[in-house]
Order: sequence, then structure tokens, then C-alpha cells
Amino acid sequence: MIRFLLRRTVSTAAVLLVMSAVVYLVFYAAPHDPAVLVCGKGCDGTRLAVVRHKLGTDLPVWEQYGNFLRGLVAGRTFDSGNDVTRCAAPCLGYSFQTDQPVLQMITQRIPVDLSLTLGAMVIWLLLGVGTGLLSALRRGRLVERALTTLTLAGMATPVFLVGLLVLMLFCASLQWMPFPTYTAFTDDPAQWAANLVLPWFSLALVISAAYARMTRSSLLETLAEDHIRTNRAYGLSERRIVLGHALRGALVPVLTMLAIDVGQILGGAMLTESVFGFDGLGRLLVTSVNQIDLPVVVGATLFAGFFVVIANAAADLLYALADPRVSLA
Amino acid sequence: MTDRQKLVEVTDLRVRFASESGPVTAVDGLSFGLGAGESLGLVGESGSGKSTVAFTLLGLHRGSGAEVTGTVRVDGTDVLAAAENELRALRGARAAMVFQDPLSALDPYWAIGEQIAEVHRVHTGSSRAASRRRAVEVLDRVGIPDAARRAGAHPHEFSGGMRQRALIAMALACSPKLLIADEPTTALDVTVQAQILDLLHDLRTEHGMALLLVTHDLGVVAGNTDRVLVMRDGRAVERGPVAEILGTPRELYTRELLAAVPRLDGPRERPAGATGDILLSVTDLRRHYPAPARRSAAPGRRALLGGREELRAVDGVSLDIRRGETLGVVGESGSGKTTLGRLLVRLTQPTSGRIRFEGTDLAQASERRLQPFRRDLQMVFQDPVASLNPRRTIGDSIADPLRARGGPSGPQVRREVGELLERVGLRPDWYHRYPHELSGGQRQRVGIARALAPRPKLIVCDEPVSALDVSTQAQVVRLLSDLQGEFGLTLVFIAHDLAVVRQVSDRVAVMRHGKIVELGTADDVYAAPEHPYTRRLLAAVPVLDPAEADRRRAARAELRLPEKESALAS
Amino acid sequence: MSKALTAAQAPGTTPQGGAGPRADRNQVWRRLRADRSAIAALAVVALLVLTAAAAPLVAALEGQDPTTYHNALIDSATGGVPIGPFGGASAVHWLGVEPGTGRDVLARLVYGAQISLSVSLGATVVQIALGVLIGLAAGLGNRLADTVISRSMDLVIAFPSLVFAVALMAVVPSGFPRPLLLMLVIGVLGWGQTARIVRGQVLTLRGLDYVSAARLAGSRRWRVARREILPALAAPVITYGVLQLPLNVAQEAGLSFLGVGVRPPTPSWGQMLSSATNWFQADPAYVLLPAVLLFVTVLAFTVLGEGVRTALDPRAESRLRAGIERRRKKTDAQEVPA
Repeated sequence: MIRFLLRRTVSTAAVLLVMSAVVYLVFYAAPHDPAVLVCGKGCDGTRLAVVRHKLGTDLPVWEQYGNFLRGLVAGRTFDSGNDVTRCAAPCLGYSFQTDQPVLQMITQRIPVDLSLTLGAMVIWLLLGVGTGLLSALRRGRLVERALTTLTLAGMATPVFLVGLLVLMLFCASLQWMPFPTYTAFTDDPAQWAANLVLPWFSLALVISAAYARMTRSSLLETLAEDHIRTNRAYGLSERRIVLGHALRGALVPVLTMLAIDVGQILGGAMLTESVFGFDGLGRLLVTSVNQIDLPVVVGATLFAGFFVVIANAAADLLYALADPRVSLA
Repeated sequence: MTDRQKLVEVTDLRVRFASESGPVTAVDGLSFGLGAGESLGLVGESGSGKSTVAFTLLGLHRGSGAEVTGTVRVDGTDVLAAAENELRALRGARAAMVFQDPLSALDPYWAIGEQIAEVHRVHTGSSRAASRRRAVEVLDRVGIPDAARRAGAHPHEFSGGMRQRALIAMALACSPKLLIADEPTTALDVTVQAQILDLLHDLRTEHGMALLLVTHDLGVVAGNTDRVLVMRDGRAVERGPVAEILGTPRELYTRELLAAVPRLDGPRERPAGATGDILLSVTDLRRHYPAPARRSAAPGRRALLGGREELRAVDGVSLDIRRGETLGVVGESGSGKTTLGRLLVRLTQPTSGRIRFEGTDLAQASERRLQPFRRDLQMVFQDPVASLNPRRTIGDSIADPLRARGGPSGPQVRREVGELLERVGLRPDWYHRYPHELSGGQRQRVGIARALAPRPKLIVCDEPVSALDVSTQAQVVRLLSDLQGEFGLTLVFIAHDLAVVRQVSDRVAVMRHGKIVELGTADDVYAAPEHPYTRRLLAAVPVLDPAEADRRRAARAELRLPEKESALAS
Repeated sequence: MSKALTAAQAPGTTPQGGAGPRADRNQVWRRLRADRSAIAALAVVALLVLTAAAAPLVAALEGQDPTTYHNALIDSATGGVPIGPFGGASAVHWLGVEPGTGRDVLARLVYGAQISLSVSLGATVVQIALGVLIGLAAGLGNRLADTVISRSMDLVIAFPSLVFAVALMAVVPSGFPRPLLLMLVIGVLGWGQTARIVRGQVLTLRGLDYVSAARLAGSRRWRVARREILPALAAPVITYGVLQLPLNVAQEAGLSFLGVGVRPPTPSWGQMLSSATNWFQADPAYVLLPAVLLFVTVLAFTVLGEGVRTALDPRAESRLRAGIERRRKKTDAQEVPA
């Protein structure tokens, strides 16, 4: 166990390092000069050089990357000679367009994605696994066919489409509730939940289709295994067989899938956030892309990657804990 | 036996399945009975319907879409008509089943003791603690050492033989009146097979259970059942006391079946003859693999930190193969015999050691340097399904080595393939057939024709007959032997079946844990085995004479201690 | 000889019926034809493709084009709501006009279909091509190559491609043709699954006896790969490709919805949906039209993909998954962009 955690920590760090290098190189090889954007209108050559020097973009790319890494550990100081900007460690970069450290911009938005992801997760698990179970156990009946069709339709619907239709129906046409705006849980828990209901369900509806499918096929596969035949041959009831023996094995892949999905969505649910106008990590990325605020783009991308890598490790860990045949060594 | 109610009564049983090519009759009007405490061997080749009968006895055909008529009564329960809960009360409690593959038959997620306890609790309504105690008790009875502790282990932590013991323990949990064993030892090595059969024998005498033993192996039946029923195409061919059926069979089919079974005392294909110079010689050959033993959390990913263990599949083998001889290689699973075979034809590159073929060392030769030698070294594979590309015609597959030789033109290739097909007993105009149109035996003949095509000097046959029914086995063995004489071939015959190896070989090498433990002429090795492992192997081989089988069982009991150690080592 | 002993030599019984690859292909087609929903989906797809291909023709038939503003048809007092019911539908503008601009909706929809279909098809081709090449390299290459490729495969599969796609859109020069860029970005970020499938297949096939036999027959490496390995890859790759198409349609729509897809004035469905968010109450038709079209397109491709999957492999619901990896991370359910 300890060896596993140690090894995963090392490999996670390695992956993040590689990823940051790739992201950094890709974005700083870009044709946009961040200094021009920061410098703003009416910028002349000398002023531009000063800004460049302050941002450090006058250095070779690998030196910039080195500064970036050093900043993570030691913090950074952007100094043009006359004005100084401090970015405390861990410094993920500094957005001169908004005049904020990137990390601060990110951490401010994490609660939004956390709220969105965890709430939706509960719904999509209940909905997806429930549907999958039902359609596997009612195989060949009308229920199954209806559920399979619904699942296919669910998989075919992009989340922003569901969001748009839901908004149009409940907020615009029926006017059952106002257009949602994010309220922090700490401000008003009731408002927080009320505003999140529509985003939760929109996201969950779309994602649950994949879970229904996975649960169904995985359960059917498990039910066809030899040890289930043994259970039958030894007089266990179908109920006991499904709940006690088949479901456990069938849910292992669902569990690992869950870990990865949560990791991905935590890193930014761009479409959902955009439809509902929530200011999460996803929208931060989209906005900064449109404004070509490169430090933020790099930071947000890396952060999303961070969640994914952690989620991958969590998936492996969960898998090993759930399946006695797998060792963590 | 006639006046009291029988434990099992099957009358005019018919089972039909729907298949892609229309309905298939698996069992066709079969009747038989089995009294309390009796034992019956149900014997037949693949497709005879014997396993279907076993499954139907517990009503396990339900939900499979099979159409079943006739009557099946097991301990007073009318299996075909019974309600689901009546059936459940029968299954596992009064009639229990042991399956062929003990790994897949147990739930990988549950501790073994828990699985046994669950069955006991469901049927007896005992407390959890009592059921757990019962599980430990039966595990102890079937010879699991330290049963109280090992009841907490999961199936993957047990060896094959121990898993089968655990499954038998599960069957014992509720002290059933009937034990149905469906090919219980087919997936096991011969020494383990003997242990499991001896265990079943002891349990039967101890508990007075009736036993229905389903098997393809007449030798398994000989020492373990009182009566035998021979099945073919879903019908009973012949039935009677085991000594009678195996000693003086009346039906032609039974006689042929018996004649086809290779025996340790049967005729040899190879009269000990002179053999020529050394064709191939290997010295201190080794092949090691990084240990794959346990599945890691991340398949395909290598450990970043931490050491790597090694599996020594072939661990220092030296031997000479003489021109024109047949060298038999026997060993149990994991002994390294298949790896050795693949090394000999250089499909696998050795970790170290030398392979001298007609004076050239091929051990570390590159693919390019091997090219001229490829035609001389050929192989016949075990699985007739996997050894032919399903997307190519058999003629195409056989023609490969001819084309690679670069010489002959299209029509000539076709003629040569036709001749080869004919020579291995197939029709010369089958060039355009696909493998799925052929039976297992026919496919194996195609495999032999392909190996023969480049006129090789050496053919390694890796378990060439173990996937085939015994009657087909005998034909293929005969064919190989004929071809050897005709083409002056040198053969390496790898098999786990000691009797087959004896039948075909001039000399025999016994392998264990990657090493050759004994090497000598077939007569010497079989008549006067020197190594204790060889002796144990030979003692474990089932024989067809029931009286001899009993004697050997007694002899095994004396050898048992060391056997147990080896079986439980893992 | 008796029956028992001649059984093996009995001339050509065909246990499974059918004969070889050609018959297989016919069988696949027969099974697909028997699947009514798949055929319906195929018809829808055909209609969509035809319409997209004939977009200029459709627009000409209506007498409109996708980029001309019609200020007279929108009510400037309300900020640009189309005048008349159902988004200003009329004999001239069959499906009405766009709020705010008065551009013809039908023309924009059919031109949007062009973008949607071409980008998703192109992206799928890129994905499959890259996936097959990289998967082959991993499966046939040495241990080091396999390790490196497998690790990057894991990363590419796990990483939310939408994030990277959005980010990449920021750095490419604005002169680069956007549809082509979308195609490449979606394609380059989505090869992981195909590569994983191909690698798994190749590794399985490489261990099969018939491949060993071909080596013993003296066939060279490339010949073995071409004869014995590549043909077996066709079915899983085709299946996966067809299933990937609808995801790419959704991906393109998503990127356009986020405003990083094709640039205005080029019309696209995602863009229309994005601008529709401001017109929920005033002009519901403008939301519904692209929404329904997008939904139908994705659904048709999905149903067709399922049909192809079952037709190619009727027994296992997905041999793709079962045969390749016991551990199913996200092999079955592909990434759902959130």
C-alpha cells in the first residue's frame, strides 16, 4: 500500500512535469505575444520591451519554463525596474490582464465545480446504475427496450443541448424558477441547492446514459460467468445471486469510470458552466482563451490535468481495493 | 436395488437446443437409474451429451432455452416439473455438483470459506458462526492444510488442485446424498488428478454418497465407479459393471474407444531402432521471463520502483536430438515443455545457452540469419483452432512455406498442396476450404501438412493431440508416425499424457520446473524410472483395469506425503 | 473402418455454415438490413449528407443565402426579434430569420450541416488513421516503444479533450482555416481509444499459433503483419470509427457553442445554439431548430453505430471490450464532454 502510494506519487509528479512542459511549450510557441496584449493600446517599442522584460518573455522558452517551475516552489517577482508584481509561492503564473495570480483565480472557482460535480454525481449514479440494473434484469422485455432506447438518446444528447432545453422549458416558458445563478453554499445553502438543481440534472442526465450502459453490459457479462452457475447449482436464490455475487463484480468497472469522470469534470465542466452562466474553471479557461490570457490558459489546463492524473491514481487504487485478485505492489 | 426407490431415475430424457443451424438434439431418449450410495460413470466423447445430462439432473438447463422432455427424479423431486424453490432445496443440499474448471467456478470476490458457509446457511438456516465452523470443517476434511486460516483466502490464492478441493468441500457442506462431478479433473495435472479422484473415492466410502462421474476419460472411470454408461450422440451405447465394460465390451463403439486409449502397457509405434547422428544439440538452454504471476493494479505498466522477479520457464536444459528419432518430452503444466519446444524451432529466443543445428549455433541468430534454417525446423501446434488463420483458406496456409521458398509457380504450388492434403488424409481438392468448415482432427491434419510442406528435417509437435477426442487422437498419432518413416523426419513430441509419449517415442525426457529430471530410452524411463518425480507421475496415470486401479490407489497412498507437499507448495 | 474412426475424415461437413470472408461480408450486410432501426438511421444519415452536400442548391431553391442581413424582417424595438410567428417564417424565409440579424435560418442550417458533417467525418478519419498507426507501432514494436506509447495513450484517453481543444484553439494563428483546424484538433486529441483497441488486438493476434506458423513458414515480418494481422483489425476499427462519429459531431457543436469553433459569419449549429441563449422567450423556434437537428444527427449516427457493431459481432454485445482488456476503464463509454 505504502509502496503503491509512493510509486504513484512519483509517477504522478513525473506525468505532471511532462505535461506542464508540453503545455508550456505549445502555448509559448504560439504566435501571440503576451506582452503586446498586456501592454495594451498605444504601446510603443520601448514600453513593449519593458513589459517583455517584466513578463520574462524576452528569455528563451526553456528559461521561461525554468522560471515557471521555480515559481511553483519559490514564488515569482515580476520586475520591470519601476513597477514590481509579486506572485507568492506556489506561483502558477500571473495574469496581467486581470492583475491577479493565476492560482487565486483558480481556487476562487473551485467551489463552483465541486458543487456541480458532487451533486450531479449522486444523481447520475442513482439514475445510471439503477437504469442499467433494471435493463439487465428485465432482459428481453419491453422495459429493457424502452430503457435501451432512452439510453441511446441520452448518449446522443450533448449536455449544452439538455441545458438549453431545460432552461427554455422551466425558466422561460413555464417560469417555474428563475434563471439559475451560482450562490455559494456558505452564503445560503437553500439558494445554493435551488440554483444547482437544473445544472445537476442536465449534467447527470447526459452522463448517466454511459453508466446505464456500462452497468448493464458489465452485469450481463458477470451473470454469464461460471461462478454464477455454481451459485445456481448450489440453490442460491436469484436475488442473492444478483445482489451478493454478480453486482459486486459488475460494479468494479463502474467505480473506476466514476473516479475518472469526477476528475475530468472537476477540472472544468465548460459546456454546463457556459449554458448556465456559472463562473467555474471551465468558463475561466474559455474566457482566457478568448482573451488570449496565456498564463491563465496554461494554469487552468494544468490544473485540469492535475485532477485527471489524481483521478487516474484514485481509479487504480479503488480498482485494487475492490478486486482481491489485484495487488497494489 | 430394484425394489426400493432409486435416488436418481431418468426416463426417456430428451434435450434439444436451438442453434444457428437449426435444432440440435443433445440427449436423445436416455434412461438410467442410480441407487443411494452407488456410483455411475457417464462416459463419452465431446458432443455425446454427457454434460447436458449432468446439468439437467439439477435443473440447470432452465433459462437456457433448451427443450427438455421425459422425466428426471432426483431424491424424490421431479426436476423437470418442480417449482423454483423446490429445485433450490435440492441443489447443493441433497445433490451437489463439482465442475470442471475450479478457478472460474468460484466467486473471485469472496473468501472461499464464506462461499461455503453461505451455501450451508442458505440450506440449513444455521447461524453465521455455525456455518463458518462447518466451512472450516469440510475444508479440513478435503485436505486443505491450516483450514481455519485458509478459509479466509480468495480463490486466486489457491492452486488448481486446492481450488478443486475447495469446490468439493462446498459440495460436502450439506452432506448431500448425490455428488455429480462433471469432468472434475480434466483441467488438472495428472498427479493432482489422482489426488482428487482418491479424495472423491474416500469421501464416497466415508459418507455413503452416490456419485455420478461425467468424463471423457475411460481411465478415470475405471478406478472410481461401480458401473459405466457409455454415451454417443445423446444415446446410451452400452452399460454395465465397470470391469465388464472395460474388460469385455460388447459394442463395437466401446471396443474402438478402448482400443484408441493410449496405455502404459499398450503397443509402441516405434520399435526401438537405430538412430543416426546428432541433428540438433542444445546446451544449457535458458529462457527467463519477468514474473507476470500477479496482476498488478495497472496492467501494461511497468513498476517504476522496486525489483523484478524472474520466471525461469526453461532453466538449463541440455540434450541431443538424433536424426530420425522421436524424442518425447513429458511434463505437467508449467514445466516449461512448451517453451522448450518453441526454443528448439527458434520461435522464441533463449536468454542464454546454445542451439546447434547441423553445426550452426542458432541461439542468438537474427531473423534474417534464421531464414535459411526456417524450412528445416517446423512445428505442429496444440490448438487446431488457433493454429489456422480463420480468414485464409487452408490451401493458402499450407502454401505459405512453398511460396516463401520462392521457387514454384501458382499451378505447381496448388498441385503440391493437393498432394500434401492427400498425404495427411484429406481431399486434395480442399484447397479453397476455410478452417471453420473442418473438424478438430481435420484441422490438425492441415497443421501437419503445413509443417510438412517445406520438407523439414525436424518437427516439434506441441501437444498435437491433447485437444482431440481419443479416437481422433489415435489416428493423428498414427499419421505422424507413418510420415516420420516416409519422410525420414526427426520428431520432438511434447505432451502431458505419459501413455501417448511412451507410444510414439524412442527416448523420453521428463521435465519439471524448467529442468529435465530424467532422460533415457522409453523402455528404461517407463519400466525403471529413476527419479522420484517420474515415479510419482507414472503412479498417477489412470489405468483401464479396475483391479489394477485399486492396487495403484493403495500404492499412491504410500507415496502421498511427498505428493501433498508438492501440490500444496503454491 | 468403423464410424467412430472415420468421423474425423468425413468429407466437409460445415458446422457453422457460410464460407470465408466474402460470405461473412454478405452476412454482415444481411444482419444490418434486418435491423430496422439501423436502416432508419442510415436513411436519416443519407438524407443529412445529401442535404449538406447540396446546401448551395437548397439555399438557391429557397432563393436565400446564409450571410445576408435582412434588417427589415426584425423588430429593432425589441432588440431584433423576427417579425411574424414562428421566428418570422414565410414563403420567402421558410424557417424564418435569425433574431438580431435577419439572416435566413434554413440557409444557415444547411450550411451548418456542411460544417458539422465534414468536420466530424474528417476528425474521425484522422483519429482512426492515427490510432491504427500508433496502435500498430505499440503492438508490433519493441518493449520500450510499447511502454512509451501506452503511457501517452493512457494520458490522451484520460485527459478531457475538450479542455485541450479549447486551449489549442487559442494558440493557432487566426489565418488557419477553422474547419480544418477543428478537424485536426478533434482528431489529434482523440486517437487514444483506437490505438488502445488496435494495440490490444495486435498483441492478442501476435501470440496466436497461426502467426507463429507463418513465421516458421519463412514469411517476412511485413508479410506476416499484412497477411495475418491487419485483416483481423478491420472489424473492430470500423465499429469503433462508426461509434466515434456521433461523438465528434457533438464535440464540434460543443466547441462552436463555446465560441472557439468556426468563425462567424460561417454558420454552424453550435454557434446558432450559443446565440439562441439570448432569445429563449422571444424566439423559441430559433433554439429548437438547430437543437432538434443536432439531436437527430447525433442519434442517427449512434443508432447506426450500434447497428454496425451488432452486425459485425452478433454474439458478444461488445467483443471490443470483452476481448481486449479485462479492466474496463472507459473503453465502452467514451468521454462525455461536460
